[in-house]
Amino acid sequence: MVRLPRAARGGGAFQGLKLPLPAQVLQSHTPLPVNQPQLHTSPHPAAPHLTAARLACRRGTRLLFKDLDLDIGAAQIVWVRGQNGRGKTSLLRLAAGLSTPEHGEVLSDGVPVRRASAYRERLVYIGHANALKEDLTVTEALEFLLRVHQRPSQIAAVHAALERLELHSRRNAAVRTLSQGQRRRVALARLAVETTPSLWILDEPFDALDVNGIDCLNRLLKDHVGRGGSVLLTSHLPLNTALLNPIEVDLDRYADHRS
Amino acid sequence: MRNLFLALYLRDIKLAMRRRIEALLPVVFFVVAVSLFPLGVGPEHDTLRLIAPGVVWVCALLAAMLSVTNLYAGDYADGSLEQMLLSGQSAVVIAAAKSAGHWTLTGLPLVIAAPLFGLLFDMNRESITALTLSLVLGTPILSLLGSVGSALTLGLRSAGVLIILLVLPLSIPALIFGTGAVGAVEGGQSAAGHYSILGALLIFTALTAPPATSAALRISVE
Repeated sequence: MVRLPRAARGGGAFQGLKLPLPAQVLQSHTPLPVNQPQLHTSPHPAAPHLTAARLACRRGTRLLFKDLDLDIGAAQIVWVRGQNGRGKTSLLRLAAGLSTPEHGEVLSDGVPVRRASAYRERLVYIGHANALKEDLTVTEALEFLLRVHQRPSQIAAVHAALERLELHSRRNAAVRTLSQGQRRRVALARLAVETTPSLWILDEPFDALDVNGIDCLNRLLKDHVGRGGSVLLTSHLPLNTALLNPIEVDLDRYADHRS
Repeated sequence: MRNLFLALYLRDIKLAMRRRIEALLPVVFFVVAVSLFPLGVGPEHDTLRLIAPGVVWVCALLAAMLSVTNLYAGDYADGSLEQMLLSGQSAVVIAAAKSAGHWTLTGLPLVIAAPLFGLLFDMNRESITALTLSLVLGTPILSLLGSVGSALTLGLRSAGVLIILLVLPLSIPALIFGTGAVGAVEGGQSAAGHYSILGALLIFTALTAPPATSAALRISVE
């Protein structure tokens, strides 16, 4: 109950923003126009500004990286690279506020992400696991995730999102009957309902996607950056640098060579 | 807040409906375990009537513990738990919704089945009413405590046994006053005092268990 005023404040602004969405999503079979007039009146005109200074991360006894400075502003795509086990996923989890750093702090607009609940409403985190329940249908699984994150979750919005990821024909199939690539697409369909310039944290989003799926995701990323959103992602596959123009962060450079 | 609670609660019910046999297992365990006692102890009415409340309560306790082991494990493994924790809402809501779902799926069927077992043990009508009422108040306590145990043991290998060791001692008060209510009615006294204490225990657990679960969940995803 103590949290209610804060939730009401953040959520209220958010819902005001989201209300016109369903109709818009319905029309979004064609890619959304990059600059939408609605966004100029948005209460969150820019993506959360994510900063961190001298960040260090420890997993067990190993120091994965240290002295990492991070600054992700609006309309930026930051591509975290590094060898396996360098701490790419750990960095993403730190940025999402799921774990605490060994040293330093991740701040969103100056507020520590671990304590900012408004930050979580402006964040889409898609981890390595797809967070889909095997026994639900594709529509139900996606609807649940959207509802949990207070995004538009009407059946029309869900179907429109699935259509953008070209999964419309599988919308009533049980998740357990899907292939890995199709599951990834369902998880990524969450991005298709986003209309605000939020921050996306994506852990290996291109994993298991085919050429066509990669195109879909690239379009989503491009649209998102076009409206001022920012992205923090890892990928072992080379990104389409000409299209996405990412800023690279090489974690190998921040590795602690003593451990 | 209500949105997350309802979404999660309804999803858990839906998932259980998709796997009906699995969802029924705790209740089947309860039925089989309770039915074994008349066979083992012998069909003497007086003995059966004497042990009935204890037997029903202990079996309900074990059935709740059996089903609580996987309360968060599935969501933890497939990443749903992380997503829920990132929803921008308090993890207390997750704990409350999960406990409520668990009670609906195991506690409620036990409450419904209990009067039948009262008949099996030759209890009179007043005692059966007391037994059912005590289970109505007591089984939510078991679900709430089980939720704490399940969150604390998340990701551990021998979680099942650990939960039972953690939670069973905590549920002793509920057991004592639950069976005590039936004993009081059989002794011709009022069970109001027992109900009040069970009610107080329920309120206390409902206020403390979800925050404890929430803290445990945050630690285990880290």
